[in-house]
Amino acid sequence: MSDELDYLSRRVAAGKLSRRDFLGRAAALGVAATVANSLLSKAVRAAGPVKGGTLKAGMVGGASTDSLDPALDASQVPFAFGKCWGETLVELAPGGGVEYLIAEEIGASDDAKTWTMKIRKGVQFHNGKEVTPDDVVATLKRHSDEKSKSGALGVLKGIDTIKADGGNVVVTLKDANADLPYLMADYHLIIQPNGGVDKPDAGIGTGPYKVTVNKPGVKHGGERFANYWQADKYGHADQVEIVVVNDPTARMAALQGGQVNMINRVEPKIVDLVKRLPGVTVRAASGRGFYPFNMFCDTAPFDNNDLRMALKLAMDREEMLHKILRGYGSVGNDMPVNKAYPLFSEDIEQRKFDPEKAAAAYKKSGHSGSILLRTSDVAFPGAVDAAQLYQQSCAKAGIKIEIKREPGDGYWTEVWNKQPFSLSYWGGRPTQDQMYSTAYISTADWNDTRFKRPDFDKMVLAARGELDEAKRKKIYRDMGEMMRDEGGLIVPFFNQFVDATGKGVEGWVDNPAQELGNGHALIQCWLQA
Amino acid sequence: MSSPILRLIAQRILLGIVLLLAVSVLIFAGTQILPGDVAQAILGQSATPEALANLREQLGLNDPAWLRYVHWLWGILHGDFGTAQSSGLDIASSIGTRLKNTLFLAACAAIVAVPLAIILGLIAVRYRNGFVDKLISGLALASTSFPEFFIGYVLIFVFAVHWQIFPSISTVDDSTPFLERLQAVVLPATALTLVVLAHMMRMTRAAILNVMQSAYIETAELKGLKAFDIIRKHAFPNAIAPVVNVVMLNLAYLIVGVVVVEVIFVYPGMGQYLVDHVAKRDVPVVQAVGLIFAAVYITLNIVADIGAIVANPRLRHPK
Repeated sequence: MSDELDYLSRRVAAGKLSRRDFLGRAAALGVAATVANSLLSKAVRAAGPVKGGTLKAGMVGGASTDSLDPALDASQVPFAFGKCWGETLVELAPGGGVEYLIAEEIGASDDAKTWTMKIRKGVQFHNGKEVTPDDVVATLKRHSDEKSKSGALGVLKGIDTIKADGGNVVVTLKDANADLPYLMADYHLIIQPNGGVDKPDAGIGTGPYKVTVNKPGVKHGGERFANYWQADKYGHADQVEIVVVNDPTARMAALQGGQVNMINRVEPKIVDLVKRLPGVTVRAASGRGFYPFNMFCDTAPFDNNDLRMALKLAMDREEMLHKILRGYGSVGNDMPVNKAYPLFSEDIEQRKFDPEKAAAAYKKSGHSGSILLRTSDVAFPGAVDAAQLYQQSCAKAGIKIEIKREPGDGYWTEVWNKQPFSLSYWGGRPTQDQMYSTAYISTADWNDTRFKRPDFDKMVLAARGELDEAKRKKIYRDMGEMMRDEGGLIVPFFNQFVDATGKGVEGWVDNPAQELGNGHALIQCWLQA
Repeated sequence: MSSPILRLIAQRILLGIVLLLAVSVLIFAGTQILPGDVAQAILGQSATPEALANLREQLGLNDPAWLRYVHWLWGILHGDFGTAQSSGLDIASSIGTRLKNTLFLAACAAIVAVPLAIILGLIAVRYRNGFVDKLISGLALASTSFPEFFIGYVLIFVFAVHWQIFPSISTVDDSTPFLERLQAVVLPATALTLVVLAHMMRMTRAAILNVMQSAYIETAELKGLKAFDIIRKHAFPNAIAPVVNVVMLNLAYLIVGVVVVEVIFVYPGMGQYLVDHVAKRDVPVVQAVGLIFAAVYITLNIVADIGAIVANPRLRHPK
């Protein structure tokens, strides 16, 4: 790249040249606008964050029923607001692995059963108190209590004892688990003074912003916490605000009209239009979420692996990805994990649409008559269309699919995990172990494919206790192949998180864990004048 | 005041109370037969059976239905709507703010819509069957025929995105100053006005036209009164009863039926509050909001009835 461009981009970052002028000069130098733009944002990032201003997000996923109690967080708005006012022990880093927050380091015993977490000193709560190991112990105890309503209860089930030991917190597990640090990144586990036992919804944490406005379903706001411990990294804007805008068109209009600086969930069908808007940047990040077609492996006719294979081969994944997600995703391979997971083997063969093989497998299965597939708008955006596309690709293999469109009301109670063949979604988990243990071991409550194989369960346990990464990766590879060839799920695609930012928003970092850069966009981004 | 009119009014009010009680039973029964259960709905797809069992116990979902109804009614008679199951907030205070917002938006829309509709109706009658009449009727009907969300989006596109003179997000709270609040509701109030305008306008026109057939209007014409004076002094007062009825009906709509407009403009009113809680199966809130909506509807209808009674000279001056 020419020195002149470099110089110019630095001038823009320093505020001495307007963006428009820069792009004009770049064009004169024969540089494409996209290249010039990316050069510019690199320079802006290098110049460092700008402090000040109010950063506003317009988000879907908030309701007047939301609470500030992090144990009850279940949707995007409380999740993202939680990242503003609170912090967990560790956080999922954008490139995989963990970022240490309240825990300074985490170490395991050789059997991966005893974990010692060193608690960072000098981290302050908004009420002025310093975080102590006792606060951490109380928080973990509150969420892992059997009577707890916490969304993290399932994740913490394997914990045996939690104790403070000097400046450390020591956790012992019932069974070995090499993934414990990842479990501590669960967004419900915000460290609160005395664990939030006295007042779970006080909204007092150690995050970069103090809660100033809390109107569930309407607006949440925070102002910068003066004593935040890593102010150079997070908390650039003076104030942050989340406005709940559940209607997608209204959200887009708010971004265009400049009333908010960023929005979540841009609908795939309008992304191409949004891209053309001046000042709007689409932020698409691949993630771990996927949209499966679930078959019950223990219920006729799906208890026949030939039929399951026929149904898998009859899925035209490329077409699905193109038509349902407009390309904002990646094709699935009939297993619940993808390359966004640590220790994933990318060399597992990709399953392709093959009507002839599907027809042969279908014939071998001996099944006749139509197969009932249940779907609903709430399963995922475009789920009804996806079912219809699938019906057509199955027809090419001579398999007859009958679609039943179920009401969205009660879909998660009456259809998902109750009916033998239905559409659903999974948000993904930080590690392969968590994903498999949540839904694919015999004893899982949410085994929504009724995949009950003692040999598979053993592999999950073996991988979980294995601290040698190469060995672990090998086991996960075998598990993935087993899922792919014998499991009960058809995965057409993994989705991307599609967000958008308005004029002057810099410092954005994609994160495969969740949308809006794992909820960090508000604390991580800044406003460039 | 004479007794028959008082008796009639008392009768109406009593009837309203009975109706409200009947509605309360219906609301309670209705919320019982919704599919799914509260605990599952609160915790969502990510609920574990343990958490579900704990929550169900805590919410008292194991009591029989009639007992819960009696407790509920007793509480409401003492001004206690209970607490929301999902967020644990006091329902009465949450509803208070939201109801105020809804009433404010409804009032803004009504202040514009009602006089406008009646005046347009009067003008349409004055120039009946002519170009002006057809233009007014046509435009009003067109604006009513478009769905609310469409009108909302068009307003947003023109005034919020293109010209950027009004905000597309109408979020207000207790601390919002009056003028800012007014600015925030301009677009939603306009959308609502366009939606309710035609109904009231057409009814005013029809009611007055009906009266215009009477012999005394002919007399007035023969006296040489101006067309507008005839309509204003002689026709309109006699057409008030049906007009009041339709106005009240539309006012009720402005209060209880604006959820779509609220969602589009992100206005924190009752509609969105109700929808959120229906989705979470938060029965106490759904019941409370349902009851308030029913009360608004019944009250406005009583007012319309009473208006019609009072406007009737035969009842006002009995022999």
